[in-house]
Amino acid sequence: MTAVDDRPTTEIGTARRRKEDRRLVTGRTRWTDNIQLPGMLHLAMVRSPFAHAKINGIETAEAKGAPNVIAVMTGHDIADIQGVNITAWPITPDQKSPDHLPMPLERVAHAGEIVAVVVARTAAAARDAAELVDVDYEELPAVLDLKAATTDEVLAHPDLGTNKSAFWQLDSKAGGTGGDIEEAIARAREGGIVIEREYRQQRLIPAFMEPRSTVVDPTGEQVVMWTATQAPHVLRFCIAATTGLPESKIRVIAPDVGGGFGGKLQSTPEEFITLAVARKLGKPCKYTETRSETMVSAHHGRDQWQKLTLTAEKDGTVTGLKVELLADLGAYAALVGGGVPVLGAWMFNAIYKFPAYQFNTTNYYTNKTWVDAYRGAGRPEATYAIERLMDELAAEVGVDPLEIREKNWIKHDEFPFTTVAGMTYDSGNYEAATARAKELFGYDELRAEQKRRRESGDPVQLGIGVSTFTEMCGLAPSRVLGSLNYGAGGWESASIRMLATGTVEVVTGASAHGQGHETAWSQIVADRLGVPFDSVEVLHGDTQIAPKGMDTYGSRSLVVGGEALVRAADKVIEKAKPIAAHLLEASVDDLEFSAGQFTVKGTDKGIGIGDVALATFAAHNYPEGVEPSIDADATFDPVNFSFPHGTHLCAMEVDTETGATRMRKYVCVDDIGNIINPLIVEGQVHGGLVQGIAQALWEGAEYDDQGTLVSGSFVDYTLPTTADTISFVTDHTTSPATSNSLGTKGVGEAGTIASTPAVVNAIVDAVRQFGVDDILMPCTPERVWKAIRSGGGTQDAATTPAQQAHFDEGTPNQDPAAGTTDGVVQ
Amino acid sequence: MIPAAFDYVAPTSLDDALAALAEAGDDAKVLAGGQSLLPILRMRLNAPEKVVDLGRIEALRGVRDGGDHVAIGAMTPYAEVVGDALVREHAGLLAKAVETVADPQIRHRGTVGGALVHADPAGDVGAPVLALDATMVVVGPGGERTVPAAEFFRDLFETAVDDGELLTEIRIPKHTGWGSAYEKFVRVSHQWSIVAVAATVRVEGGSIAEARVGLTNMGSTPLRATAVEQALVGSSASGLADACAAAAEGTNPPSDLNGDADYRRHLATVLTRRAVQKAMEG
Repeated sequence: MTAVDDRPTTEIGTARRRKEDRRLVTGRTRWTDNIQLPGMLHLAMVRSPFAHAKINGIETAEAKGAPNVIAVMTGHDIADIQGVNITAWPITPDQKSPDHLPMPLERVAHAGEIVAVVVARTAAAARDAAELVDVDYEELPAVLDLKAATTDEVLAHPDLGTNKSAFWQLDSKAGGTGGDIEEAIARAREGGIVIEREYRQQRLIPAFMEPRSTVVDPTGEQVVMWTATQAPHVLRFCIAATTGLPESKIRVIAPDVGGGFGGKLQSTPEEFITLAVARKLGKPCKYTETRSETMVSAHHGRDQWQKLTLTAEKDGTVTGLKVELLADLGAYAALVGGGVPVLGAWMFNAIYKFPAYQFNTTNYYTNKTWVDAYRGAGRPEATYAIERLMDELAAEVGVDPLEIREKNWIKHDEFPFTTVAGMTYDSGNYEAATARAKELFGYDELRAEQKRRRESGDPVQLGIGVSTFTEMCGLAPSRVLGSLNYGAGGWESASIRMLATGTVEVVTGASAHGQGHETAWSQIVADRLGVPFDSVEVLHGDTQIAPKGMDTYGSRSLVVGGEALVRAADKVIEKAKPIAAHLLEASVDDLEFSAGQFTVKGTDKGIGIGDVALATFAAHNYPEGVEPSIDADATFDPVNFSFPHGTHLCAMEVDTETGATRMRKYVCVDDIGNIINPLIVEGQVHGGLVQGIAQALWEGAEYDDQGTLVSGSFVDYTLPTTADTISFVTDHTTSPATSNSLGTKGVGEAGTIASTPAVVNAIVDAVRQFGVDDILMPCTPERVWKAIRSGGGTQDAATTPAQQAHFDEGTPNQDPAAGTTDGVVQ
Repeated sequence: MIPAAFDYVAPTSLDDALAALAEAGDDAKVLAGGQSLLPILRMRLNAPEKVVDLGRIEALRGVRDGGDHVAIGAMTPYAEVVGDALVREHAGLLAKAVETVADPQIRHRGTVGGALVHADPAGDVGAPVLALDATMVVVGPGGERTVPAAEFFRDLFETAVDDGELLTEIRIPKHTGWGSAYEKFVRVSHQWSIVAVAATVRVEGGSIAEARVGLTNMGSTPLRATAVEQALVGSSASGLADACAAAAEGTNPPSDLNGDADYRRHLATVLTRRAVQKAMEG
């Protein structure tokens, strides 16, 4: 563990505008779909409309004869080289994982799966011909509902014999980190409090701005793939591991990538198919998906049922927590896949001192789109559950939800603190963040207004929601990953090249897709080496330029990759020192380095690091036994996670006549450790908040009884825009992480993780007086209104009878077949 | 998303447009802003052989004073309708409704005529046009005819405009001095109406002398809540709830992800009361 560095900084902490934004915002840059290669062909995918079906035959003759069509291929045509979409995290040795071919030969297991590909001279010709491919499907029974999947009455993959993928448990007694959960529950049933709830994490769709796109050039010694991915290094590994192409013959480039949110960490069928087709034809090929294809084929997120048992003393002191998850993996075990719920195992206990804890997840397959990491991955699910439960406990005890939290959380002087789940939280101060948030929120005034509205029977009621979250970031210590059967390490690498003309090239293995790495990394290097911000160029996302990397996800880039960068910079200084000493005719021991200058102690002699770089490049005059290079590489493997935390307070107004909700105020005070660029942090927090709020209020992937994704466009998958959100009040408290020298903790997921329970807690708080203790997400006005009317949660209340838009049968002039505007905007 | 290939013509006169339609028969689609048609084509829900774009016919665009009515060219974009002084003064209800359509980009491209002929029951133009007793001017090979709004909407996506015909103008009787409100209920701002209520009232001495109420997305066409209109006559602001209780009677709203039919009926009642109340305030 490294002590936090306290050397003076000038760039770090400065709210610089992002240097990459001019090209990203204007689009005058290398998005994958902008890439045009000579003779490039275009692909269109033929996708199954059925959730589960046998492929009896595929008639391609008509499509092959269509104008400008070069080829039509099925799974059989590329079977020898198409590879496999593998899972990197089999959570148990006996996990059942169905084979996932990019293009299946015999059977499709979800609607949207690819059965054939059309290759043509233009994208339009390919699309036209795709309509002509005639697939003979034999429909099979499909299992769609997660709870139905547990019965094994209908199998998503008949050959597996079961829908169950794996069961995974963390038990505090077995692990020696706490007591026996069953004993705690038994004791609480006798004379304490038992809160039992079942919460739903609905299915979400990571709606990155840039649709996925892949270009493959098979000409030349290496096969080159440009692709809209957040994980080029992982992708190269997966290709090498399954297609027969040697890793050294594959170059993967993530050019500028327009967002991911986890949705682009996948190794996708589309990438593998584009690669296979390009290799078969020996021509560059491009595939760019439509948004409709994204919705059905890019992996989805969340989708859990959470059965929760929290026990406490009568005074509200928590004594135990038992978590039983059902997780829907969709049709296949995705790259992280079954590991996503497992990532929540250490986070359900959150910031609270539970003496006994048990986490269980059972993962199931269904005939729906596969599920994988989505901003937060496992931790939002955990945070939602525990923060909702703490509000329920407060209501049961009859105290303010902040009071129940304070009674149970880890005090600031108790850090480092080893939790009941076995994690050691290095730093934090929940009291400070909460005090600041209360002050900014006007907590007491809003509580008074809430009371007034209740007493006067105001049709608009006010609720206040609390979320005092923490998360584990900086994925991840490699040994921990190894102990969990994860298929790779969690280190990150950086290289610094000191160019002869005074500029600096920084190579990072993290792969930015909108986060602003280029700016933040430049700020770090500028401070560390004492060079101007504008002299630093950050290179990333190309396995030939940045050969080593574990890419960007899980709030890891700065926490892990930033530390690698710091270590590389320090190595540059160490390597430059003997050369500088030689040039200054001084002893290495007498040299000091500050603000880019090597100086000889007690003299006015000095030399800038740029001059040392030039002298090293020329190599005319350098010491014996020293290599003429001051470039350096570093690979950093963290020894611990980082644990950002924060207190989020949300006030929601609920119109009891309609069930409509309106956000009144949102305050968050996050402790993310030291901040490199406050402007980037603001962007991450605001965007993250909206994404988390959207889970609470707006977003949800819904299937009909046939397994068709009803919310298959942005008409029905209701993403918010700025018009739907308010201005957030954000602030920070700072307890630097002790696990890296910059003291950073990561901020990419904080807003998303924290905000969802804050919003739902606020809505439930507004209507608890009517007997409501839960509302399913997204908390649509209809659900809120029905909850108020039924005086209970919506957990059991029937909501919309069918998801597909319909009119009641038997009434005249209401023929749904006459047309629908699904998927159509005004 | 790439639509299937089609022929495209962009005539500059109404006669040329009618001729183009006549030539294509029933394989043609009219492009009147394209905010519904283009997604349909791109998602390949429809594949016409010819698309006739009315966007270059200047005569179909703009608002003029027709004496006792305001005449709105069918190809007038939403944004121009919202900002038009004549519309705001004499048909305030329409301006308020159109102001809520989707988002600014769509309001600059989409046209009121296009929306009316597309006749999506969740669209925001139908209910106010119906409530304001507009007259639609339809031109075809046989010449010009007028259709009262009450007879214009026939069914889901079906209007009195037949194949080969074009809607050219919407004439709205002047409702000068009437108060108006459009209560639109959505989950996110750019969404189609889950339910919306268009209300305009003439107030005399603190109570309602005349009322017009139109409902959006409460059936396969925009609907007129005539029973409510009658019940409202003579009501003061404090007595609206009873008069509006029947707002959902005889309606047949859809059920979908945003709510079932019963919930929509409930919403219609609440929103009608609120719309009328706001309309009374101006």
